[in-house]
Amino acid sequence: MRRQKVLVLYLNSSALDASVIGWAQYDGSDQETHMAGDSAEPPYASGLAALKDGWRLIQASPLSSHMPGSEYRTDYLKYEFFFEKLITVKD
Amino acid sequence: MLVSSLDMAHFVARGFLRLDAVVPEEINQAFLHALNLPETFRPESPTAHFSELLGREVIPEVAPGTRLSQAYASDSAIGNMLKLPEVAGAIESLVGRDPVFDHHFLHLAFPEAAFRKHPERHISQHLHQDSTIDPRQTFDIQVFYFPHAVTAFMGGTRYLPGSHFRIVSEAAISRYQNIIGQEHVVCPAGTILLMHMGIWHGGGVNRSGQLRTMFKIRLCPAVRQQQLWDCTDLAPEHFTQQPTFWTRGGQRDPVQKVLMTQEPWFEADTGRLELMNRIRCWRFLLGDPQFDIDYWLTRVENEIS
Repeated sequence: MRRQKVLVLYLNSSALDASVIGWAQYDGSDQETHMAGDSAEPPYASGLAALKDGWRLIQASPLSSHMPGSEYRTDYLKYEFFFEKLITVKD
Repeated sequence: MLVSSLDMAHFVARGFLRLDAVVPEEINQAFLHALNLPETFRPESPTAHFSELLGREVIPEVAPGTRLSQAYASDSAIGNMLKLPEVAGAIESLVGRDPVFDHHFLHLAFPEAAFRKHPERHISQHLHQDSTIDPRQTFDIQVFYFPHAVTAFMGGTRYLPGSHFRIVSEAAISRYQNIIGQEHVVCPAGTILLMHMGIWHGGGVNRSGQLRTMFKIRLCPAVRQQQLWDCTDLAPEHFTQQPTFWTRGGQRDPVQKVLMTQEPWFEADTGRLELMNRIRCWRFLLGDPQFDIDYWLTRVENEIS
């Protein structure tokens, strides 16, 4: 039986080799528990470093046009990348 | 005791002011004693403990819209805390004299013993912004009162400096578990944290054996937030454009320097937008629509028709 581990990295720009500014991890294999505020250091220095460690990129934020009147507004973290690893677990 | 321009710039840039151990132990103990009599503390039953606390008169029921001066008995622990010159001065500097009470709440982080039956619930609170989407330039503040010392094991409030201008919808940011530069409150007893309403924050998980207590009051201005702090310390050069990028490293106006210092989590492009957010806020607070630093706003406002 296989389970999904998900790693979410927030990068400094849209380039996958840009540095990590935020992260989250969710482990469907139940090997690890993660929660808000549980670490001060990112698991990888960049998105590319995660790829080199076997994480598969499954989603990246699109680059969106800026809506007239909201060009200077800041809101959510902009460069979000979802990665996965499939882990084999016992039935 | 109004805050200085440097302190005010710190609030604008990072979204908070911190007053360590500003509340005397006498007031802290009076507050805690009234809340948490040993014979009624039930760590194994958080709900029952909370219900008992709601019945205590130390924290009154207050309707939103009440003036702060009318919200608490002047001889109560909270009333005495709010009268301290440093606390009263910081509140007045940010939201004016006698602001409007919005709401208050007692936040409790129970130790592990409280979660024996449901260990899965012993987790930190997701990152969030309080209330709801709020794009105003006028800002409210939240006064966080830590009546006892908070150690690293107690999971003090986690917050992200510089996040307060981001327009997000409350728990929509809960996916973000960790962000570079996040801070966790570790403080001596009697510490006050005054937060901009927009700052991203969440309660930490309490891994100590003790109950963690924090009291929060949200306050709204009743006056235009213009030059409410002690701004007599602003130097003339603060108001003039200074050379940028190509400079010989001369002394920079310290207030401008604080306003232009980026947070480590700012993205390469939106970090510049955050600098513009700060300048807009500083214009609002000064009442000076022409104020600028490093030409950020003047450049994009130079529309010639």
